[in-house]
Amino acid sequence: MRNVWTIWRKELKIYFVSPIAYHLLAFTAVVFGFFFTVATAIFVSRGMQSMRMGSMMPMDVNEWVIRPLLMNISVIGLFVTPMISMRLFAEEKFAGTIELLMTSPVRDLEVILGKWLGALTLYASLLGVSAVNLGLLFFYGRPDWKPILVGYLGLLLQGGCLLAIGAFISTTTRNQIVAALITFDLCLLLWVFDWVSSYETAAWARVMSYVSVLTHFEAFSKGVLDSKDVVFYLSFIFLGLFLTGRSLESLRWRA
Amino acid sequence: MIKVEGLSKRYGRTLAVDNISFEVQKGQIVGFLGPNGAGKTTTMRILTCFLPPTAGAAQVAGYDVVNQPLEVKKRVGYLPENPPLYTELDVESYLAFVGKLKGIRRADLKARIDLACERCAIEEARKTIIGKLSKGYRQRVGLAQAIIHNPDVLVLDEPTSGLDPKQIIETRTLIKKLAGDHTIILSTHILPAVEQVCERVIVINKGKLVTIDSLENLMQRMRGAEVLLLTVEGRDGPLDAAQAQRRLEQVAGVARVALQETANGRAAFEIQSSPGRSIHTEVARAVLEAGWQLQELRPAARNLEEVFLELTAEQKETRSGGDQ
Repeated sequence: MRNVWTIWRKELKIYFVSPIAYHLLAFTAVVFGFFFTVATAIFVSRGMQSMRMGSMMPMDVNEWVIRPLLMNISVIGLFVTPMISMRLFAEEKFAGTIELLMTSPVRDLEVILGKWLGALTLYASLLGVSAVNLGLLFFYGRPDWKPILVGYLGLLLQGGCLLAIGAFISTTTRNQIVAALITFDLCLLLWVFDWVSSYETAAWARVMSYVSVLTHFEAFSKGVLDSKDVVFYLSFIFLGLFLTGRSLESLRWRA
Repeated sequence: MIKVEGLSKRYGRTLAVDNISFEVQKGQIVGFLGPNGAGKTTTMRILTCFLPPTAGAAQVAGYDVVNQPLEVKKRVGYLPENPPLYTELDVESYLAFVGKLKGIRRADLKARIDLACERCAIEEARKTIIGKLSKGYRQRVGLAQAIIHNPDVLVLDEPTSGLDPKQIIETRTLIKKLAGDHTIILSTHILPAVEQVCERVIVINKGKLVTIDSLENLMQRMRGAEVLLLTVEGRDGPLDAAQAQRRLEQVAGVARVALQETANGRAAFEIQSSPGRSIHTEVARAVLEAGWQLQELRPAARNLEEVFLELTAEQKETRSGGDQ
């Protein structure tokens, strides 16, 4: 456990002494800030409109602002996770520091968990940046905070999934750019797979839709905590980290 | 301290290490000598549990590298050929990370970092980002990383490669200083490095063990024939190289004289003695008698290629001689 902590701290340190973390934080702040501005502006103008039309139904901030914004973050996640995960192992392989890790008295599992948690922490700090925007809503209204919390839990799980895949891809190459590209390809596919469900209901289409990572986020974005989705994400994370472990082990046999 | 028995490692179809056995006693410095691709790095990687062997067994500090890797890793400090450094970190936080990874307790960590920095003479660079250090400094940080947990065994893969002569000397002195407390196994393909540091030498070539011997014995065996480099200048006007060569060939004990170059009226020769003869006095006398001006007379540094040819040839002879 202590080793996981040691590696976690080193990972975070390296993210924050290099421009990666700052770039991602700034990128998220700008892009999400833009989304937030647009979403609230639309909400305000719609609200005005419905008032003029004499509608008695008040508009719900959670439904009109927060839910679409959470969906947006989930898509931003597709773009940032490859940038976070690409260096996890590829960099160590390139610099030769993998030899240090693998000849130190630590287990492969500890290395993998430390690294994955480090990446997840950076991802969580990006979510934190977006949450600052949502926090503003509490100054001007009374949004329901529980669906927001569930939404963020979903985002964290989804990030954990994609980072676990990214970690696996990163073990297969010494080139960070290759790792990022392949991870991005996979993330994108896992997102768009869901689209077949809109015209096809055969078994293969349901399977494709089921493995699509973003499908499972929809419930979270509505504030629904469904154990089915949690189990999906957790087993996906397990699969990703398991593959990472196997791949790391195979390095020893092939290298 | 290190016990290797019948170790083999196969990469696909190539056999990188072929049935090697040797033992290293506690406190010894052993040189692992071989040309590039001989299997040095592979053997070291097996000893440090980075790679599993295909066949055979290796014990380090009494623990098996395959079955008890965590115990072995706790007792081994390893400096790979390229020091495994995180170039974004400063020296101190890098060493702190490695120290914690090697299982040093938090309370001892600072003292261990201080000691490692002191022994490797990198105190003034402690706060510097590793990426900004020179190659020599990086090598020393790599060495500090290897000794930080005070391991029983130090495995150093080409610790002086890529350094300038001054840094090479510094690194060698450093390794010698470390010798008392640790058992050291270091690889190199440069002969002088072994000569100046190691007590015993393990020579391998193409994955096979060529010889294990103490340094003196090995040197003795290699000095079967003496090779001298001689540079002379004519006293009055330029020297006639061909004539000089003939003259040198007549010196007693000389087996072969090769003209290496002529320039500015000087000529440089490589002179080889017949086996078992020492010829430097005779050659010097011949130069004086001929009335040339002596510019240089020194024993030729034997390059490793020759040593290998000699050693492998020797091995074949003993085999065919029916000794084994």
